[in-house]
Amino acid sequence: MNVYPFITEILQILLVLAISPAFVGWVRALKCWSQGRTTAGMLQPYRDIMKLFAKDVFLAENASWIFRFTPYLVFGTAVLAGGIIPMLSVDLPLSATADVIVLVALFAIARFFTTLAGMDIGTAFGGMGSSREMTIASLSEPAMLMAIFTISLAARSTSLSQIVQVIYSGQSVLRPSMAFAFLAFVLISLAETGRIPVDNPATHLELTMIHEAMILEYSGRHLALIEWAGMMKLTLFMALGAALFFPWGIDNSGSAAGAFLSLVFLLLKLAAGGVVLVLIETGLAKMRLFRLTEFLGSAFLMATLGMLSFFILE
Amino acid sequence: MEGNFWSLAPWGRGLGEGYFQYSDMNLHIAAQINSFLAALVLLTAFGMLVQKRVYGLIHLFAWQGVFLSLNTAIVGFVAGKHHLYISSVLTLSLKVVLLPYILHVLINRLRIRKEVETIVNIPMTMMIGIALVIFSYHLTAPVRELSNLVTRSTLAVALAVVMIGLLMMITRKHAVTQIIGFLALENGLFFAATSATYGMPLVVELGVALDVLIAAFIFGIFFFHIHTTFDTLDVDQMARLKEGD
Amino acid sequence: MTASLLTVASWAVLLLLFTGFVSLLLHRRQGLMITVCFSIACVASALAIFAGFYSVSSGSTSQVIIAVGLPDLPFHLRLDPLAGFFMTVVGLLSLIVSVYSFGYVRHISAKRPVTRLVIFYALFLAGMLMVVLADDALFFLISWEVMAAASYFLVMFEDERVENRRAALLYMVVAHVGAIAILLSFGIMSGLATGFEGFHGYTFDAMRQAQFPPQWATAAFLLAFFGFGAKAGIIPLHVWLPEAHPVAPSNISALMSGVMLKTAIYGMVRVAFDLIRTFPWWWGALVLIVGLLSAVMGVLFALMQNDLKRLLAYSSVENIGIILIGIGLAMIFTSFQMPLLAGLALIAGLYHVLNHAMFKGLLFMGAGAVIHATHERNMERMGGLIHVLPWTSALFLVGCVSISGLPPFNGFASEWLTFQAFLLSPSLPSPLMKLLIPMGAALLALTAALSAACFVKAFGITFLGHWRGPHNPHIHEVNLPMRLGMIMAAILCLVLGILPTIMIDWMDKVPEQLVGTSIGQTAGAFGWMWLTPVAREHASYSGPIVFLVILSVIVVAWLLLHVRKGSIRRVPLWDCGFEKVTVRMQYTSTSFAMPIRRIFGFMFTIREQVRLDPRAAHRLFPGTIHYYLRVRDRFQVWLYRPLITASFRISRLVGRLQQGRIQAYLIYSFVTIIILLMFMR
Repeated sequence: MNVYPFITEILQILLVLAISPAFVGWVRALKCWSQGRTTAGMLQPYRDIMKLFAKDVFLAENASWIFRFTPYLVFGTAVLAGGIIPMLSVDLPLSATADVIVLVALFAIARFFTTLAGMDIGTAFGGMGSSREMTIASLSEPAMLMAIFTISLAARSTSLSQIVQVIYSGQSVLRPSMAFAFLAFVLISLAETGRIPVDNPATHLELTMIHEAMILEYSGRHLALIEWAGMMKLTLFMALGAALFFPWGIDNSGSAAGAFLSLVFLLLKLAAGGVVLVLIETGLAKMRLFRLTEFLGSAFLMATLGMLSFFILE
Repeated sequence: MEGNFWSLAPWGRGLGEGYFQYSDMNLHIAAQINSFLAALVLLTAFGMLVQKRVYGLIHLFAWQGVFLSLNTAIVGFVAGKHHLYISSVLTLSLKVVLLPYILHVLINRLRIRKEVETIVNIPMTMMIGIALVIFSYHLTAPVRELSNLVTRSTLAVALAVVMIGLLMMITRKHAVTQIIGFLALENGLFFAATSATYGMPLVVELGVALDVLIAAFIFGIFFFHIHTTFDTLDVDQMARLKEGD
Repeated sequence: MTASLLTVASWAVLLLLFTGFVSLLLHRRQGLMITVCFSIACVASALAIFAGFYSVSSGSTSQVIIAVGLPDLPFHLRLDPLAGFFMTVVGLLSLIVSVYSFGYVRHISAKRPVTRLVIFYALFLAGMLMVVLADDALFFLISWEVMAAASYFLVMFEDERVENRRAALLYMVVAHVGAIAILLSFGIMSGLATGFEGFHGYTFDAMRQAQFPPQWATAAFLLAFFGFGAKAGIIPLHVWLPEAHPVAPSNISALMSGVMLKTAIYGMVRVAFDLIRTFPWWWGALVLIVGLLSAVMGVLFALMQNDLKRLLAYSSVENIGIILIGIGLAMIFTSFQMPLLAGLALIAGLYHVLNHAMFKGLLFMGAGAVIHATHERNMERMGGLIHVLPWTSALFLVGCVSISGLPPFNGFASEWLTFQAFLLSPSLPSPLMKLLIPMGAALLALTAALSAACFVKAFGITFLGHWRGPHNPHIHEVNLPMRLGMIMAAILCLVLGILPTIMIDWMDKVPEQLVGTSIGQTAGAFGWMWLTPVAREHASYSGPIVFLVILSVIVVAWLLLHVRKGSIRRVPLWDCGFEKVTVRMQYTSTSFAMPIRRIFGFMFTIREQVRLDPRAAHRLFPGTIHYYLRVRDRFQVWLYRPLITASFRISRLVGRLQQGRIQAYLIYSFVTIIILLMFMR
């Protein structure tokens, strides 16, 4: 048995763990620059996480085991997802264990437990966040599936490695279906990772927060795990978008040099993705909750148009 | 077949042949550009369907004109029909510059910048729009099999754009959005003409362009009248004109 | 061997029938009766599992004719892979629920005699096994009626309450309307099989041999679909489900929802794939559309419920919908001669049958435990039960995760297969279907996401937070047999989710029998760890690895973080300095569902009123606020109310015939005879 893919796999998981705080730091720094503020530096997320790990845990009196278990589970699914998405190489052992539908379901299980943890303490905020989160999820999931459907039509597969390979070697340059699917994917990613205009990651205002409302009662290492997993999730969605729509540079050969080259490409793509994210976030305002049906409806529309144009135009 | 999962052939061999029967998309490059522009035209049509702001609508309409004229020029180049260049330029000047300008002026005069009221809610409108696309695909399927032009696959899109324009006129209350819906409908017809038969004769096209222009002017005059009579552009007010109340 | 499997199955039925008599004998000693009867039920279920399991894995078919019943119309029994599969499902859940019932029925027996419950429980199980075994229309319908009647009395068990009697009556009416349709369907098929003169067309074998003219086949299928659909609770025939399930004892609800609905699915599959065999594509499209409608609307209705068992009942409608999606896709693929894809879709549907039996059984048992402990069915008055019911809450959570379709539990495995079947639909030749069927996949995704929301609500409101009820009652964990039953179901949920390949390999004989192909060759081509429905390049899923990786990351993270001896400090909840945080400020079931209620409001008939206290000094400072909300099924308003009015009107018209004088009645009979004679001439 060839051990090389396993080494790449472990390296990739470590890489995701290591660079995701830096990526979030990069996004925050860009945002500060674009808004004329001074930044705390790209390394601030590392310092935040270190600080949280060092602190004691304050637990509400009626917190149950679900509340304490959730951070570990959320972290675990994020790590597994980090092993599934092709970044350093196409040939990843874990990539075969789960196709893109399983990947979506992995994020869903993390969300399921986060919402339960939000309801565990019994505060109004937690319940509010959970209710909103599940509402948004139920609207974004059909759109996500449609986007996946469109991509898997082109690649004839739902396996991520396969999709990357097929799109990499695709003959066609201008594919309306992929363009539509990409637009849909961008909108869905904003919803799934809780960015503006769906949710504001920086707010703690009662009426606007969604994700923060659920994790309001966390502290210490629990909070550190959840924050870290959240950063990984953002990074992973970027990497997923890069792998599905811009797979150029991901190593196909299985050599160390190839893996290094993919790393360089990955960093470049992440940097560019961060710029796009910041442009979107500074350009848009947060939407009211009930305007999100239109937002996610448009995501569904895009994905469906992608699917239709695959049959009609290609 | 109990083999080890990882020790088998690398990824990418034998893409599950036999399960899919649609033809591969090794299309001509022009056809690709054509279909990409068709997708963009469809996208702008849907954008207009869901856009709530009047200015946004006008901008989307202008963009649709841009894609349309680009497409006309490319079809003209591929098919060697040089009169299509003229209609391309005509489209550009009329639908991208002149009509949006007139609408802009109109809106500024009448001071109607607020959001446009819709009758049916927007997600529902989207679903109907998608259904219309599927329907027009179904409708044009026989034509697609008869025709052998490179642009034949875009006929479904053209028909869908026509229907979406009509849908827009139905679902909106505001007179300005109705005229934009009408113009979008006309765009769809124009697109159908270029993609189905490589364009109509130049005389016909000139005539249509003139008609559209005149229609726009007449609409504009009517707007003023509606506005001065009812003090609003909400066409629901016209219901008051019926007898028997 | 094969004939003996059928004998084993028959023994299971006979044992169950025998249990009925035993319970009558032991009427005086309730405790002993419960122990003896449920032990026999466990043995009988184990026998059914054995027979069913081996008949599927060996792929064998055995038949026997028993000379009982009407003269010249003997009963035919048959055990083939399809019957064996459903028999295994029935047996598995019966075994689990019987174990649970040891404890549950003992609790009930403290308050009232349970002889009736035990008798009809045994009859109910026997009826379901007989339905699956039947190989002729007569025996099938007799078994069907035994099952329906037994379950009617079970729903009626606590008959002193009006709502229970009404629910049972409604159930009986719907069941019989359905049974009439099934009878007519069999009538058509048996009539066409041998001509309307002979009686010998009533066996399924005769129907299998026959070639039906298309229009008659369509009529037979539509009648059967309607009849079985009424039992399965497809929309719009679902009205009895949310009424009957909540009032029945919880072990009965578990069986009714977990397996009785599945006998209707069995009937549909049997009629479509086995008896009629060749059908046009639009039958499949009809099943698919009804399935999608049931799935989406079922879960939306479930989200709106505040009664825990009503919520579960509506969620059964949803899951029946998901099963029908698989079966509808299989029918479409079959009619276009694509046996491989048909096999995949059929496996997806049947696997969901098994999975739904497990997790819905588990959830109903959990709901029974909660209701037993709290004497409360309304979720709005529960909360915080995770601290007092640690076992029940953990097991209920397993059910919630499974039903929400989350890996690595079993609901995900079957939903994943259904998605794969959807993703292969572009290979259909019809261009319109290529475009329309993917929309169905989107609806299925919507269903999955909404059901996750629904069960976050169910679990979160019931078990998490603080107790919302008026007083704090003494709540204690349920007894051992109840826990044991739930543990068995929970373990099966996990195992079926992690090892789908083994189960699919076992089930593979069913599509081989029905659509003539097996997908085990491809689905399990890479050993038990890998599920590859079509080809490895197309999609693969490995339950064990997903489970192990998540588990190991959790363990490693936990260990690393507990190297340093960090302390956990328990503190009171931070109340923002407000000092008046009460349990009434928690989100409730109604408020949790509010955004979804608003977004999908057009599907319901909603009446919402806020009334302020008129005596208040100012409307901004009301003393009390009354909030009234009623969410109703649109079907109730649109479909059933007109039907009820119409039937009342007709009965009033018929009532005019009643004169009260004997001569009038004689005239009616006389005129009827005259008219009949004129036709018969």
